[in-house]
Parts: sequence; C-alpha cells; structure tokens
Amino acid sequence: MDILWAQSGALTAREVGRLIADRDLAPTTIMTVLDRLTRKGFLERTRDGRAWRYAPAATRDAYVAELMLEALDMTGDRSAALTRFAQAVSGREAEILRRALTELEDE
Amino acid sequence: MITAAALAALALACAVGSWRFTTARWTSRAPRIAIILWQSLGVTWGLATTGAMLAYAVEPYGMGVLPGLIAFADGRAPGEPWDALHVLAMVAGLTALTVLVAVLLTAGVQTLRTRRRHRMLLALISHDNPVLPGVRVLDHPGAAAYCVPGLRSQVVVSEGALKLLSQDEMAAVLAHEAAHVRERHDLVLLPFAALRRALPWSKVVSDAQSQVELLVEMAADDRARRYCSPRRLATALLRFGTAGAMPTPQGMLGVHANSLMARVDRLVKPAPELPIRLRYGMLALSVTLLTSAPFLWVYQP
Repeated sequence: MDILWAQSGALTAREVGRLIADRDLAPTTIMTVLDRLTRKGFLERTRDGRAWRYAPAATRDAYVAELMLEALDMTGDRSAALTRFAQAVSGREAEILRRALTELEDE
Repeated sequence: MITAAALAALALACAVGSWRFTTARWTSRAPRIAIILWQSLGVTWGLATTGAMLAYAVEPYGMGVLPGLIAFADGRAPGEPWDALHVLAMVAGLTALTVLVAVLLTAGVQTLRTRRRHRMLLALISHDNPVLPGVRVLDHPGAAAYCVPGLRSQVVVSEGALKLLSQDEMAAVLAHEAAHVRERHDLVLLPFAALRRALPWSKVVSDAQSQVELLVEMAADDRARRYCSPRRLATALLRFGTAGAMPTPQGMLGVHANSLMARVDRLVKPAPELPIRLRYGMLALSVTLLTSAPFLWVYQP
C-alpha cells in the first residue's frame, strides 16, 4: 500500500514487485495481495493490455482522517465500536479544564 | 390478567426507576455496581414491556406467557374465542419483541463491521513504536487514544497524543485502555447504544447511555489507578480535554466537559467507598429485577 501511495500513477503487479526491494516475494503473492485489497475496496484497478494497473482508492491522509473521526467519535452516531480515552472540549469549558490542570501541576 | 398487570407494573417501575437513576449521585462511588443495576434495569424493562402485552394477548388460553405463546405457535385454539383487543395485543407484543431482538442483532453486526474496517485500515496505515510495544500509532497531529475491542483488541494512540503526554501519563492512559480491553466494556455499551438507536426520541434512554458511558470510563479509571498514579491519569485526562485536536461539533460539549471534570475529581479526591450495606442492597435489587421478569414469563396462574 505504501508503495502505491508513494507513486503518482497506477502500477502493475510487476512494477510493484520491482519496488518491493527488501523482500523476495513471488509475483503470485503480490498479485494475490493486490487482488485482495481491490476486493476490499482499498485499490482500484484498470485494464492495461494483458495486465491490471492498480491505484489506491483514496489517499493515505483520507484514511487517517477517517480513523481519527471514528476515534474522536465525530461520526455522530455514538456507536459502541470503540472505547475512547477522553474527548476534547472547547471554549469556556476548556478554560476551566486548563485551570484545573495548572493547579494539579503546581501541587 | 394478574400476570399482565404485574408485568406492566414492573415495566413502569423500571422506566420510572431509570428516570430517577439518571440523576443518582452515588454512582460515581461504585461505578461497577451502578453498571450492573443499569443492565438489569434495561433487561427487565424490555422483558416486562413485551411480556405485559403478550400476557394480555395469551389470556384466552388461561396459561402463563411462555406456555401460552407455545400453544399459540402450535396453532392450538384457545379456551375462549379471540377478540380484537387480544389480537391487537398479540400483534403489538410480537412486533415489540421482534424489534428489540432485531435492533440488538443489527447493532452487533454493524459494530463488528465498523471494527473490521477500522482494523483493516489500521493494518494498512498505522505503525509500531519502539517505546510502546504492542500499541499501534496513527500519524495524526490530533490527540486520540482508544482501543478497538474484539477477540484480539488493539490499543491505538495518535502521534498527537504521544507529543501531548509525558511518559508517565501515557502509561496511565494505556493502563486505562487495558482495563477497557480486560473488562470488555464494549459489550456493556453495545445494548445501550442499540437501544438508543431504536428509541432515538427517548430522553431517558439517551441519558442512560451517557450515564453508562461515563460509568464505564470510571470503572476503567479505577482499575488503571491500581497500576499508575491517579494524578498522572487526571493530568492526562485534562490534557486531552484541552488539546482541542479537532473542532468539536456543537451540542455535545457540555456533557463532555462535565463528565471529564467528574472523572478528574474522583481521581484526585476519591470519595469514600459506598457503605457495604448499600452496595449489597443494590446488588440484591439487581438480582430481584433480573429474576422477576423471567419468573412472570413462565409463571402459570
């Protein structure tokens, strides 16, 4: 995935294999992984002659943002999918919290 | 008729009890007992409400709720002929029961699906941190720390949280998340979230969900403080609260600030534990509630 994100255009399985420098992976393994990621909707592929060209369906940042929205419970449905540590507040209330924090730190 | 009336009274008692319970003050002194009481109130309310309708519906059979329903499912003819009111009660009761079960199942499936996608994305974009083994790190300047529950739970923190907290505070946060994982708090929250989706207009249900959310956090705080300094946990909470990682949507601010301060207060100045008599009293109440509804379901007058 990182390799595809680093590239601007779509890549074929062979090109991806060449870019995975550190590991000796069989071309079929790479094709399986790419195929699986496509079926799960993380990659999009287009026909190019006899091969498929793969490109990420969304940018890395978009996925990070999606996770963060869920993590901060901002999707609006207060689901029980995750358990969170604490949530941020803002405005006047944050001021009260900030004062409490300084008090605790001073003691 | 007596069974139907008793079940209706029980349902009403649960509804009124829940409404009173949303403002109870002792809960923060014994979060675990309060959670148990909430659960028994919820289960009993569901069984009693549907049971009251069904008990009235199967009255022509002259049997208890469950035996009557079995007779109905078998297609046996009742002793007295059906009339419109009993048919109506049967339809309403069966619908309510189906809706409750369906809502719970849908919520469960949906939660599992959300988690699976979350986990998959995590596998693609999060990375390890040598200082915090076993914790996934997310590249985002905002502060977040959470866990994705499941058979193999994952604890996730963001880069922003790593920068925000000192090492001791991070240890406290991780102890807190480990408590969530260990006590499977997500399973506690699930039915309440499901019920709120089923009855979005009910203020009692929404209040109950907020209460249970807060109680679960307090229970996790309690466990975490055994392994770390409560003061560090409190400062970590406050730092998170003031981080202002992302613009918070309107309408949910007050609740968060209040519950955050409540958690900080009890970490810094722990209130005396609830008297043992009161604790056992509450447990006894839960057990009574939990047994009464099923009893009335199978009881034959």
